[in-house]
Amino acid sequence: MIINHPLLGPRDSQEFVYLGDANLIDRPDWAAEGAVDTFHDYLYQRTNPAGLHQELWFHEQGDRSWLVVTRNTLTHEITKVELARDVARSRGRSK
Amino acid sequence: MSQKNRLSGGQLNRSKPLNFTFDGASYQGYEGDTLASALLANGVRLMGRSFKYHRPRGPISSGSEEPNAIVELRGGARQEPNTRATIAELFEGLSAKSQNHVGSLKFDFLAINDRLSSFFAAGFYYKTFMWPKAFWEKLYEPMIRRAAGLGSLSMQDDPDHYDKGFLHCDLLVIGAGPSGLAAALTAARSGARVILADEDFTPGGRLNAETFTLGDASGADWAKAAIAELASLPNVRILTRTVVIGAFDHGIYGALERVSDHIATPASGKPRQILWRIYSQRAVLAAGATERPIAFKNNDRPGVMLAGAMRAYANRWAATPGQMVAVFTNNDDGLRTASDLLAKGVRVAAVIDSRSDGPAFQGAEHLRGAVVTDALGRLGLSSIKVKLASGETRQIAAEALGVSGGWNPNVHLTCHQRGLPVWNAELAAFVPGTLPVGMVVAGAANGQLSTSGALASGAAAAAQALEGIGITAKSVDLPQAEDAPVRVTPLWYVPHKGRAWLDQQNDVTVKDVKLAHQEGFRSVEHLKRYTTMGMATDQGKTSNISGLAVMAEMTGKSIPETGTTIYRPPYTPVPIAAFAGRSAGADFRPKRLTPSHKWASEQGAVFVEVGMWLRAQWLPRAGETTWRQSVDREVLATRGSVGICDVTTLGKIDVQGPDAAEFLNRIYCNPFAKLPVGKVRYGLMLREDGMAMDDGTTARLAEDHFVTTTTTANAVGVYRHMEFARQCLWPDLDVQIISTTEAWAQFSVAGPNARALLEKIVDPEHDISNEAFPYMGCGEITVCGGLRARLFRISFSGELAYEIAVPTRYGDGLVRAMMEAGRAFNALVYGTEALGVMRIEKGHAAGNELNGTTSALNLGMGGMVNKKKDSIGSTLSEREGMNRADAYNLVGFQPVDASKPLLGGMHFINQGAPADAKNDQGYMTSVAFSPSLGHSIGLGYLKNGAARKGETLRAVNPLAGEEVMVKVVSAHFVDPEGERLRG
Repeated sequence: MIINHPLLGPRDSQEFVYLGDANLIDRPDWAAEGAVDTFHDYLYQRTNPAGLHQELWFHEQGDRSWLVVTRNTLTHEITKVELARDVARSRGRSK
Repeated sequence: MSQKNRLSGGQLNRSKPLNFTFDGASYQGYEGDTLASALLANGVRLMGRSFKYHRPRGPISSGSEEPNAIVELRGGARQEPNTRATIAELFEGLSAKSQNHVGSLKFDFLAINDRLSSFFAAGFYYKTFMWPKAFWEKLYEPMIRRAAGLGSLSMQDDPDHYDKGFLHCDLLVIGAGPSGLAAALTAARSGARVILADEDFTPGGRLNAETFTLGDASGADWAKAAIAELASLPNVRILTRTVVIGAFDHGIYGALERVSDHIATPASGKPRQILWRIYSQRAVLAAGATERPIAFKNNDRPGVMLAGAMRAYANRWAATPGQMVAVFTNNDDGLRTASDLLAKGVRVAAVIDSRSDGPAFQGAEHLRGAVVTDALGRLGLSSIKVKLASGETRQIAAEALGVSGGWNPNVHLTCHQRGLPVWNAELAAFVPGTLPVGMVVAGAANGQLSTSGALASGAAAAAQALEGIGITAKSVDLPQAEDAPVRVTPLWYVPHKGRAWLDQQNDVTVKDVKLAHQEGFRSVEHLKRYTTMGMATDQGKTSNISGLAVMAEMTGKSIPETGTTIYRPPYTPVPIAAFAGRSAGADFRPKRLTPSHKWASEQGAVFVEVGMWLRAQWLPRAGETTWRQSVDREVLATRGSVGICDVTTLGKIDVQGPDAAEFLNRIYCNPFAKLPVGKVRYGLMLREDGMAMDDGTTARLAEDHFVTTTTTANAVGVYRHMEFARQCLWPDLDVQIISTTEAWAQFSVAGPNARALLEKIVDPEHDISNEAFPYMGCGEITVCGGLRARLFRISFSGELAYEIAVPTRYGDGLVRAMMEAGRAFNALVYGTEALGVMRIEKGHAAGNELNGTTSALNLGMGGMVNKKKDSIGSTLSEREGMNRADAYNLVGFQPVDASKPLLGGMHFINQGAPADAKNDQGYMTSVAFSPSLGHSIGLGYLKNGAARKGETLRAVNPLAGEEVMVKVVSAHFVDPEGERLRG
């Protein structure tokens, strides 16, 4: 597969390490009520879509950026590649 | 020299005869021959024995689809089993051997299997050999193992190199037959960057095998001219002897180039084969078509072959399997074989045409509406039995029979991304369905079986492909060529009581398919696995479609309803060596050497692989005969005076920025925010699920500057994890991290004389006295007269100890300087074994304890998980299941009988309880012989272990029936109060 890195252009997927669902960005608030349950769901509950999937890839043999790659799990077509930091900020994460 | 079946003409270099041997006998062929064509020319039809029944076999094809003529090439270390004689290029001195027989090829003792065939029918593996049970291990399995598998290995290292290469292009053209050449010419003249790959050594595909003309030229000459033009263009790369093995995602194709298979030994500096990864914008698949046989009784006799192969041998290689041949066909194309062989002066005894309504054939007796019912001649065809339209049977003498059941487009690469081929009733064949993105199919692969159709569709496919990437194709003048329609009346097998072969390589007959149907294995995927049809090295290229046609008939369904199995890469077999490339033997993976490696090698150190690192395991001295002697000495000398150990392999991560402390506070479960500058703290890192991930020390060199260490094994993973936290979880924390593992050479200096040694090399302006540089202190210093260094007062051994780091290039100098400075103290370097013994004596956890299944609580560090702050893993470590009263605790163990050794992995069982899983109390993680104590010691996890000190338990190893009584003790065997390391 080829991942079109937003900073570096098209790169072979062999340069990357795959982590999993990009929902791992949405780490819950540890101080909220019922945090053990929300953390449990955050860590273990995954949808397994047949189709578009947002996932985290790490450019380990490159610039060490974490990327959010939108990939169709049926065709491997990649429709979007973003810096995970930008996605995290857009989802309200900060410090 | 008798090439009794050599014909006139052909594309051979008759001025270059080549000598070769087959099963020890000498023969001669010509440059341009394959092993199969040269053997046929020499009158040899028998080339091997079949897999299961050991039936005599000869080639049925002239290409890579060959199931039968599987031979062993060369000798010595280059001996190569399971190669196809039909694509093995002849070279001077080639030695080939037949395979799969006990005794000679002609008198194979295992041919008895053929007589016992009723025992070996489909599924025999699952039915026979079931009982008596005791026979399985001792008799059946060894027997099957010996009989299974073709060829033999030299058991020597392959002396040749295999490379991997990477290529980029606008258009990849797969196949250099008429459609591929038309596509390549169109794209090349339009200025696109083109790669043209063909598996053959002479491009041209069927143009080399047919007598058609293209315009005024012969097909072969037209192909030669096209290749010459392409070769002259700078934007074209032609890869011959190169099979495209797979269509992968995003336009990436795999290809195997057989660079040196056609010569005795590779030229100096050249690899044997190259595995290419081709990055293409677009691809034209012009892979042609494969002829399929018609099954009938004994259709596997040597001399029975595909009609298209028979005329390829005659036209291209000037060879015939016999002087008297016959043809059996259900379509017009088979008739060409008869006319081409007649033109070459071969006698054609009869043309058996299963159709009554096909075109009439002149030149030989044409038996219309007739079928071949049997083939005779055990080691080579002598005659055939034909059932005439009238119902009478006639026996016809023939040395060879060309069979044509129609042509199957080579759709394989269109299926590599789950595309399903679709049935075309007119061709009675599957044609490409959904295609991989960027692929266009042309020519026979797309069902355009005429030469004219192939040329036109090749040019059109290239234009279509280029349009997609913004290149306007120039039109190419294509020559006039034959444009015969496909006229085929499907006939898959001739019904008869005897065995009719479908898959010749795996010995699957029509009967086996019927048996599979009878026993309920009716879906194509079940059929394949039950009968093993299509599972041999040829992947059923000549058999799959016929097999599923038989199944369709059994089930009363149509062929498209029955469906087809999915083709997967590789298209043809690829040697493991090609996948390995240069990553073989000592170069299997990169080797990382520590800064003291050269020095340690000079001392005769024994090295151990730790991940990619080579670390000194122990450093033997004269007179020491066992590793234990060396290790015990290293431990006692370190604890007695001073020892040095290269710990560069531990991961080092530099953490900087105003938010560095806050960042580490969230990475580690224990607090770091208030760590003073100039101090080091032990840190435990949890995974988000609450399990321990890694541990190490973190030194604060400045308010906004930390250096954190990881274990050797987890250096890469911890860095990745910290980048994840930094970029994905807290993107606005002002912190930067970088791995500096390779930047610093780091040594542990441990033992009561550690400070005295260091004082000799640390520059005098730096006070490292106990008062100025206490336990867990750190600082930036200089050594050896101005060399910048970092000093950390930390201890893994439990002794007074430091770790000293200098820029990596000074590591070798530092170890030599320290050994010189330590001479007065009998300083030595200790290896990883002594390091391990000392950490077990001290009760420090390492990889054996941080094994991914253990929590802070298990490690005895439950109290470290700070509940007043957020850190990764802190929330889920509060889960009920991880905090049970009987949770594992890390404790120490010693044998009740001090002479007994302990074994890692032993399980603990209470006295009086049976040694089973229900009574399991935990397990031993680390063991060592402690030279300090004089007996074995161990660390391990024990249920509620912290409260069980003093108990005596059974430590058992049920696998080997071993058992030792052990006493539960503190994990801190040496200096439990920690006085030494503070001294």
